Amino acid sequence: MKKITLADRRKPKVGGNTVMLMITIVLFFLLYGAGCVMYADKEFGRLQNFLNVMINNAGLIIVACGVTCVMLTGGIDISVGSVVALTCMFMSVGLAEWGMSSGVLIVLVLLIGVVFGAVQGYCIAYLEIQPFIVTMAGLFFARGMTSVISTQQVSVPFESWFGQLSQIKCEIPFGIGAYLNKKGVVITPYVRITVVVALIVVLITFLMLRYTKFGRSLYAVGGNQQSAALMGLNVKKTRMLSHVLCSFYATLGGLCFCLNTMCGTPTQATGLEMDAISSAVIGGTLLTGGVGNVVGTFFGVLINGTISSLVKFNGKLVASWANIITAVLLCFFILLQAIFAKIKERKK
Amino acid sequence: MNKLRGLTKKQLFLPIFSMILVMLVNVLFDIADGNNAFDFFSVSMKGGVLYGRIVDILNRGSEVAILALGMTLVVSCSAGTDISVGSVMSLAGGVCCVMIAGFGVTSVSTAAELAHPIWMGILCGIGAAVLAGVFNGFLVAYMKIQPMVATLILWSAARALALLICNNMIVYVRMDEFKVFGAFLGPIPTPIIIAAVCIAVLALVLKFTALGTYIQSVGINKRSSRIAGFNSAKIILMCYTICGLFAGIAGIVNTSRIYSADTNNIGLNMEMDAILAVALGGNSLGGGKFNLAGSIIGAYTIQAITTTLLARGVSTAQAPVFKAIIIILIVVIQAPPVKAYFKRRSAEKAAAKEAV
Repeated sequence: MKKITLADRRKPKVGGNTVMLMITIVLFFLLYGAGCVMYADKEFGRLQNFLNVMINNAGLIIVACGVTCVMLTGGIDISVGSVVALTCMFMSVGLAEWGMSSGVLIVLVLLIGVVFGAVQGYCIAYLEIQPFIVTMAGLFFARGMTSVISTQQVSVPFESWFGQLSQIKCEIPFGIGAYLNKKGVVITPYVRITVVVALIVVLITFLMLRYTKFGRSLYAVGGNQQSAALMGLNVKKTRMLSHVLCSFYATLGGLCFCLNTMCGTPTQATGLEMDAISSAVIGGTLLTGGVGNVVGTFFGVLINGTISSLVKFNGKLVASWANIITAVLLCFFILLQAIFAKIKERKK
Repeated sequence: MNKLRGLTKKQLFLPIFSMILVMLVNVLFDIADGNNAFDFFSVSMKGGVLYGRIVDILNRGSEVAILALGMTLVVSCSAGTDISVGSVMSLAGGVCCVMIAGFGVTSVSTAAELAHPIWMGILCGIGAAVLAGVFNGFLVAYMKIQPMVATLILWSAARALALLICNNMIVYVRMDEFKVFGAFLGPIPTPIIIAAVCIAVLALVLKFTALGTYIQSVGINKRSSRIAGFNSAKIILMCYTICGLFAGIAGIVNTSRIYSADTNNIGLNMEMDAILAVALGGNSLGGGKFNLAGSIIGAYTIQAITTTLLARGVSTAQAPVFKAIIIILIVVIQAPPVKAYFKRRSAEKAAAKEAV
């Protein structure tokens, strides 16, 4: 029998999951590079364009992080899109019609997210109902409540404190990516505050998954519930908390989404849950649980965003091409995962 | 009392119970409104066609009932759901209308304008849906991908493809020969007939062949049924193909109702209703044993709930709130810990009685 030395232990393992993550990142750069070459005349490669992709998808990044956490435990949450819509509607109607202050509304909205997640999580973890059915009910409920609040499109008033948030430009320091426009004025690339929030959320979630007890127990529960329970982990509590976290992130993402669109409509963010799930899958998260990473999810969202940006830059293509290309990519990644799984099985 | 308890254990108890509950609520509302108590059940002839709330529910619920048939098989054999059916419906409708009208044409109303005969369009539409089913089935059965992820691909792609085929427009086929599938055949609404035929054919196939047993055995344990000599992968592929076929039929019915391929809206969120019908029918979403009758009753119950809500003046956009509450109530009653709690309580009661 081979003795395990310290050197062996230190050697990082390069498994299928790391390879998947690498492929995702490489693919993102390839896609972006292709865009830069194809649309060189339209300045696709400009830093601001990349930042625009981030700005447009800041909400989705946060939502997808939450969905990834739930998927790590082997569950699923399809209610997030409706929760985002509910958040937007609640914010805009609250500010425009109920005349409430922004701070109170934000706290209320985040509280709604926590309660919503707790109810769903309780049904899933303690009452042992399938996550798909529970979150489907959540989807219907949140979408319906959005219409109960208002059936019209309501805009967020700009003069409110929350509305002012959307106007903040965080400029990139040191003149990186700055350029002169046609009039000779220096344009500094910027991001909105939502992108900053999204990046902080990704960082916090990454650290949490890697270094905290809760984060590690998410992986353990997803890997094998029984052995996690035998190890002394509270499986039910972990699963419930994962749903609380997911719905909390959904409302937080909804706030960012609202800052981007500045309005609430009953049909907003339809299908966002599937975008979040497909981003997570492209990023290497398995729906069976136990495998995944928010960094992969982050790049998954960016890949989705880049594809729609590419389609937009082309100008001639119909918007549904973005869906088709994303679906083909999804298919490619899923097949890749299946092949890795087969290789692993053969090795055993 | 014992008889009653035995009744509640039957698999069909829950779907029938919820159906009766919905009817009762309707009767109560009628009484409260001062109408005849049994208005809900009355069927009359108006303008040569059947008319009544029951007829309306059966008519409107046809698509979900047809979808629920395929979904039941898929859930049973692969312990997963096919979330692409709604998009596949849209694809079938889009392909059908474009075949009939020709690419880039937005409207046809006379036989001379047709690019292809109507029957060919319908066949092509259903064919496209069957192909989509085969694609899903291949991914699930042979590539061993979780059903939800595998069908997520077509969930997004099928509707986009349909939009592309229709050139991003709504294609109208204003012909009576096409409208008939969503209208009336004699006095009876055609969708009811189509749904009945689908149900009858599948029920006969399951009754006179061993297919149903095979599917359940694959769903209960894939490996052991393979060892027992079934080709598990082939059976799963077959279930997804059947699901695609039914999605195609439902898509044609839905398209014919509005005699146009409104690809953005055909079958939107229909997959949710179909899955709900299966769950409401007392079938476990974890696969294994299934009950077709339960799913069908479940499908019509959902439609009855929707119709009742709309009749009470709840707007279409707000109806989902009530639907969600009803779903949660029904699944919580079924939840294992809740069932165990009631069992424990009745056992305690019996013990207390004996002690006395």
